[in-house]
Amino acid sequence: MGAERVAVVGIGQTKHDTIFDGSIAGLVRTAAERALADARMTWADIDAVVIGKAPDFFEGVMMPELYLADALGAVGKPMFRVHTAGSVGGSTAIVAQDLIAAGIHKKVLTVAFEKQSESEAMWALSLPIPFQPPMHAGAGGYFAPHIRAYMHRSKAPDHVGILVAVKDRLNACKNPYAHLHEHDITFDSVKDSMMLWDPIRFSETCPSSDGACAMVLTDEAGGDAAAADGRPPAWVHGTAFRSEPTMFAGRDQVNPQGGQDCAADVYRQAGISDPRREIDVVEMYVPFSWFEPMWLENLGFCAEGEGWQLVEAGVTQMDGDLPVNCSGGVLSSNPIGASGMLRFAEAAMQVRGQAGEHQIDGARTALGHAYGGGSQFFAMWIVGAAKP
Amino acid sequence: MRDIAIISFAQTHHARAIEQENEVEMLQPVVVDAIAKAGITKDRIDFVCSGSADYLAGMAFSFVLTLDAVGPWPPISESHVDMDAAWAVYEAWVKMQMGKADIALIYGYGKSSPGNIRRALTRQLDPYTLQPLWADPVSLAAIQARSALDTGTVTTEAMAEVAARSWRSAQDNPYAQLKGDLAAADVLATEPFVDPLRRHDCAPITDGAAAVVLAAGDVARELCERPAWIRGIDHRIEPHMLGVRDLTTSASTAIAAAKAGVGDGPIDVAELHAPFSHQELILAAALGLGDDTAINPSGGALCANPVMTAGLVRMGEVAQRVIDGTADRGVAHATSGACLQQNLVCVLEGE
Repeated sequence: MGAERVAVVGIGQTKHDTIFDGSIAGLVRTAAERALADARMTWADIDAVVIGKAPDFFEGVMMPELYLADALGAVGKPMFRVHTAGSVGGSTAIVAQDLIAAGIHKKVLTVAFEKQSESEAMWALSLPIPFQPPMHAGAGGYFAPHIRAYMHRSKAPDHVGILVAVKDRLNACKNPYAHLHEHDITFDSVKDSMMLWDPIRFSETCPSSDGACAMVLTDEAGGDAAAADGRPPAWVHGTAFRSEPTMFAGRDQVNPQGGQDCAADVYRQAGISDPRREIDVVEMYVPFSWFEPMWLENLGFCAEGEGWQLVEAGVTQMDGDLPVNCSGGVLSSNPIGASGMLRFAEAAMQVRGQAGEHQIDGARTALGHAYGGGSQFFAMWIVGAAKP
Repeated sequence: MRDIAIISFAQTHHARAIEQENEVEMLQPVVVDAIAKAGITKDRIDFVCSGSADYLAGMAFSFVLTLDAVGPWPPISESHVDMDAAWAVYEAWVKMQMGKADIALIYGYGKSSPGNIRRALTRQLDPYTLQPLWADPVSLAAIQARSALDTGTVTTEAMAEVAARSWRSAQDNPYAQLKGDLAAADVLATEPFVDPLRRHDCAPITDGAAAVVLAAGDVARELCERPAWIRGIDHRIEPHMLGVRDLTTSASTAIAAAKAGVGDGPIDVAELHAPFSHQELILAAALGLGDDTAINPSGGALCANPVMTAGLVRMGEVAQRVIDGTADRGVAHATSGACLQQNLVCVLEGE
């Protein structure tokens, strides 16, 4: 938030898939054109473009904003590139909203993408000596000990991660853009899937996806105009970033201080004192199933150690009182650089009432959450159907 | 618009290779220096933003580890751009315009020595049509220089004079990598490197880092006797394909200059991020600079070019001259991409 109110008036995404059969430019342009169409705008209406993605190594294009300037209609305009690890999709949306909140621009297009089929992210994330100890293969290898620590601390039973995986994958069946549509998934099929990084099973792991997400953000007048036209916007009620160091023995990677602080900041801006009661729907960044109970605690939806009980009680199901990841979440689509923006965009879709089959009726206030690095970068926003 | 100023600037002694230090070790003293010169303690910083590129370190998420140079604990509000850190200044300036921060720390770093920077920068090109050609930035700049020579926009002599003047100016800059009492005739006496560019027409390969502290309004006045106020800042991008651009001008710089208000008053000093001598001439024309402006008194990028950082250094060099009272109004410029594809212009002014 800032001096000027900010509205989300257009949202677009690609069908996330193992391979997007087109160029990188085609991928981002597809999402951007859908967002512009949703906003009833053309390229000429846009004042500035803000783009984000995870490491350039994933596609082998250094600073791809240079190559994508033409495809995103940015020629002659400001084009800005954000990169904050896995949280980047969220951070990118925040940088875009800042341009409007600060009164610098009126209409900003923001885009995030990843085309994982161009490379092998798992090995790109397996850093060689001397950067990191040679103890892990990919993000799953890094996070598995955190999950093990969470299970130990909270005394959570083994099956909680399976419950999250089944829920998210079934929710994804209601989302036409989700990568995975596993209609036949069951508790037993997840339980019997290959153990990749104990305790993380194959079916509790996000897929490798190609995908892009785009949003058109406007000032208050733009939001009012959309509303008057029968296209309700999502209003931004709060935004926050937090970052933590890498090499610091004092930080808790299971329940990071940065995540707690970021949530407290965004709730304060949105005037939320009881997030469990006041937030209607959550899109959180859950690349491995167990992160749902972990983030429920980190985000203050319950006391520490109780997140798994909410999962077990069905609270985070679509018919629960705190639906989480109705879109299927990162567990069902993971175009890494776009995954954070998808969380922000899906939150906005819910309060705009445009989420289709995975819509939560009457959703008024939603949280979009993204994290990255070794659970050390956080980006969040709260969006509402009503003006802040 | 809220008044935002640069109140301190620090940089490394730029070198061809800073071999005994990793990125964190190279950057950390610069960050400490910038904070100390601002007369603050770390806990007063509301926002941190940085610029760097993974392709230099040769690893994904290299900036994640480098953030440790700031010691971000308790957790901080922080962001990163995969652009020259001059754009990180822009992001912080926006945050401060919103009233979300009163003091911001911005840093950039680039260590080109571990790899082959000319080859690495070929990865900036269209991956389907240009990357397979392995067209490196020096070769592309040579095409641009040839185009400017053919149209008479620049001359070989004028390019040599830019190079020689930069080397002479750098003699007064303790942080510069290259310097010397050089005349244009000395440059012209050397063999072409990538024709029509001679070695002196091209920026060196550099390791280095820089940091600035921004402060808003009365906070800036309290901390700095003569803050370097950002009176205008804007950035613009051009098409990627060289064939659809007029390489002899910089249309994006001209737009950014107009938006930033460069022409609203006299410019004492200009620090232009021109990694090639002919680019300085193209930029000076796009900015409308005349003979009364001292261009690149630091020696500019031709005398030290830490990638992802050289644009921030330009802002710092102008700001420092305003802060110490040797300039009243200056312009700083940063560029990104081949042949000046993307450009940022910032007007800095004393009170």
